Amino acid sequence: MTTKFSKDHEWIAVEGDIGTVGITNHAQDQLGELVYVELPEVGATLEMGEEACVVESVKAASEVYAICSGEVTEVNEDLEDSPTTVNESAEADGWLYKVKISDAAELDELMDAAAYQELLKELDE
Amino acid sequence: MTDSENQDLKSLALDAFHRAHGGKMVPFAGYEMPIQYPAGIIEEHKHTRASAGLFDVSHMGQLWLHGEGAVAAIETIVPGDIQSLAVGRSRYTMLTNASGGIIDDLIVTKWDNKLFIVVNAARKDVDLPIIAAAVEGKAELEIVEDRALLALQGPKAADVLSRHMADITEMPFMSAAKVDFDGIPCHITRSGYTGEDGYELSIPVKDAVAIATALVNHDEVLPIGLGARDTLRLEAGLCLYGNDLDETTSPIEADLRWSISKRRREAADFPGADRVTAELANQPSRKRVGLVPEGRAPARDGTVIHAPGGDGIGIVTSGGFGPSVEHPIAMGYVSIDMAEEGTKVELAVRKKMVPATVTKMPFHPQNYYRGS
Repeated sequence: MTTKFSKDHEWIAVEGDIGTVGITNHAQDQLGELVYVELPEVGATLEMGEEACVVESVKAASEVYAICSGEVTEVNEDLEDSPTTVNESAEADGWLYKVKISDAAELDELMDAAAYQELLKELDE
Repeated sequence: MTDSENQDLKSLALDAFHRAHGGKMVPFAGYEMPIQYPAGIIEEHKHTRASAGLFDVSHMGQLWLHGEGAVAAIETIVPGDIQSLAVGRSRYTMLTNASGGIIDDLIVTKWDNKLFIVVNAARKDVDLPIIAAAVEGKAELEIVEDRALLALQGPKAADVLSRHMADITEMPFMSAAKVDFDGIPCHITRSGYTGEDGYELSIPVKDAVAIATALVNHDEVLPIGLGARDTLRLEAGLCLYGNDLDETTSPIEADLRWSISKRRREAADFPGADRVTAELANQPSRKRVGLVPEGRAPARDGTVIHAPGGDGIGIVTSGGFGPSVEHPIAMGYVSIDMAEEGTKVELAVRKKMVPATVTKMPFHPQNYYRGS
């Protein structure tokens, strides 16, 4: 399994042709406590870069863009009742949805963990 | 936000205090202000309802109107009854324009031979010329630049404050007093913007850090940012100028008719009285109401309100999640035939229509001090 990261602060853990997608710990920290997660529909077709779901903190609603193209195979229904799981465990239990990846080449545009950490360092400066 | 925009922002007297307490500073109404502290908005909100929270509201405009003529002069620009206000009491009113819209909402406190007025930060530049013109030759306008404004809010506020100030626990809601805080002269009112018991303290700028520090050093008190200030006032059903009130909204549409006394209604001698009189007689075309959406999706300001399966009949002006009620809440304006409590409506939240119910406000019970 490999995990990759986008400049929009999302992650995807790839196993075969299925990717598990979430927002990064940095993203949840910036948003603050979530009060609502609007998940995509199972079976929905996502295009890379389009709105996939919405996460809402007390302050504001933020779109989560599709990190890659594909069909949604599963969503994290636990988040409907406990959206703060994303805050507590953004890069594990707080995953948002799983996607059947339609174009693996899209993943080449993403960062590995080391490159993403570099990006965070730059943002910090 | 570019650096040049940042340079135009004013700093509060408590700027270093906020940063030292981990405040996340954001631009608001021309000032750099803390939106939250490390506790986070939800915890800050709940702490204020359970114990006490300290808010820095020094961005708001404080002013004095000195002289016997101040009462009559201010009544030419507000519909509130300032004449009947007793010395040592505060009243909520608003500046209205000639077409009955609200220029700003404000609190007026009566002292011997003078009035103390607190206006919204973002409206200071609009309000001051209007007030100056109204009082010219009748009273002296003094813009207060050397005082900070703190609010201590919550059920433990009176207990905490009484450790520093004498004789304040029996003050009624919306009353005022001149009291020393550990020897520092202050003007305080028993009022606030959270729905809780609490006080606002107008204090010398030079003593602001000492007073704020003394207050947050009590275990009962946490510093509270703008984020929780907004969720607290929304649960309390209180209006935010710029969202829920503006120059097109009348006091009657805004459901603030309680703030206009019989004498002022009958005299109808304030700006926009024609519209207010007509709306009192025939009801306005729209009205501010509370809304509770079904489910967990918050409906933010700007969300269009529809009749079920039908046309747009209004708009949400404030909306979000209520940490104490633990569900989404909103307020907005709907056409008058849809304004009755219990009316079912739909909110256009992104691609979905979310069912919602017109609901009595406040969403969370008010906890003002009405005497022991």
